[in-house]
Amino acid sequence: MSWTKKHLLDIESLTAAEILTVLDTARGFKAVGERAIKKVPALRGKTVVNLFVEPSTRTRTSFELAATRLSADVINFSTEASSFKKGETLKDTALNLQALNADFIIIRHSASGAPHFLSRVLNAHVINAGDGAHEHPTQAFLDTFTIREKKGKIAGLNVTILGDILYSRVARSDIWALTKLGANVTLCGPSTLVPKTFEQMGCRVTYDVDEAIRDADIINLLRIQHERQRKTMFPSIGEYAQLFGLNKARLAKTKPDALIMHPGPINRGVEIDSELADSDRSVILEQVTNGLAVRMAVLFLVNGGKTSSETV
Amino acid sequence: MSETAIVLDALAIQRALTRIAHEIAERNENDKAVALVGIPVGGDYLAARLAKILAGIWNHPVPVGILDTTMHRDDLDQRAAPTVHPTDIPFDVTGKTIVLVDDVLFSGRTTRAAMDALNDFGRPKKIQLAVLIDRGHRELPIKADFIGKNVPTALAEKISLLLTETGAAQDEVILQKK
Repeated sequence: MSWTKKHLLDIESLTAAEILTVLDTARGFKAVGERAIKKVPALRGKTVVNLFVEPSTRTRTSFELAATRLSADVINFSTEASSFKKGETLKDTALNLQALNADFIIIRHSASGAPHFLSRVLNAHVINAGDGAHEHPTQAFLDTFTIREKKGKIAGLNVTILGDILYSRVARSDIWALTKLGANVTLCGPSTLVPKTFEQMGCRVTYDVDEAIRDADIINLLRIQHERQRKTMFPSIGEYAQLFGLNKARLAKTKPDALIMHPGPINRGVEIDSELADSDRSVILEQVTNGLAVRMAVLFLVNGGKTSSETV
Repeated sequence: MSETAIVLDALAIQRALTRIAHEIAERNENDKAVALVGIPVGGDYLAARLAKILAGIWNHPVPVGILDTTMHRDDLDQRAAPTVHPTDIPFDVTGKTIVLVDDVLFSGRTTRAAMDALNDFGRPKKIQLAVLIDRGHRELPIKADFIGKNVPTALAEKISLLLTETGAAQDEVILQKK
């Protein structure tokens, strides 16, 4: 089955087959990054705009490198340098970028739904690089890609997501992707950050961290998002580290081949022991490498996609 | 219902590959410099079969690689993205005589993409082209060096190669009339 979508807005609206198409395609692009010449002409002559209305280094850099390796031209547009501070609306900014014949707009925005809005007002391909606490689809692709590469499959695996679920767009995208691909997802963290309502997305919620990770094949740690918390959701960082942080003693009680993942940036000593982050159980840096491959795959696939009204 | 005809049966495919292998051996005196590179899906399996026959003729193993051409296509704007296959070229192409192997030669655009893709891995001394079927309708100045069978076709017709490697009951080349 091939990819026909013009935009990548979220994981929720994708089928399992579409997710697997992205992962299969990414495999080919990962190999490109391992060659002496790390560049292919697939998007030659195209213009990609990185519209980041919220700070980000790794995702922006990853998209920039992905586009460059596909031979596209890239413009970085960040809040600091932009007209948002002068009062221009998102729509006007985007229309201005489109007037420069941008073919792809990669958007990160603090408002959930901003990419969906842009996809309705622009002709360019829109890719969601994280919108508020809603979704971060390419993170879910790189997480599932990494899991599949390491474990050979996704269906039937036990994946535990530990930490700040409530404010996490990574958690939402991961939950959609993992459940669609047949994994058993367990969520754990402080009860203020892991509401029971997440059970409606098809996962299990528990507040006992040792029980949550005991049978896990994958332990996916999330960062506490101080910037998104309107009020303190737990007493202190020290208490969080003690109650929910992953340390050697906790890891010793899990499956010996359970892998540790983290979308970064990691807070050493908070959600994860510094030593564990550097251990051979951690695949955190491989996630970064795979992020580049899945973002190349996404750009490549949406390039050939059309909206239903454009399809002849 | 579309009408189908068998263009080559299993025995004819085997004979065509044997003949192509002998032609490759005849054309290339420096047999140690020859490596085969197949284009998926189809050409990769044919390249592996040709390598086996050539190894019997030359009495030494012949290197085989797989080359994905999708990222170098010139029609990526005009269609849904094609399926990307892993590239695997476990040898240095620089200085070698590379025989590209494809199942069907049609517009010639895949061959052009393959030559571009191959250049990213080095500079072969020569590139030659072997195809099981040449169905005509070229859109580029490209010609095969080794051809299993010439099959005149109409543009709307479709040629499919079925191989046991991909799960078919038997090897077959089929022509579907629309």
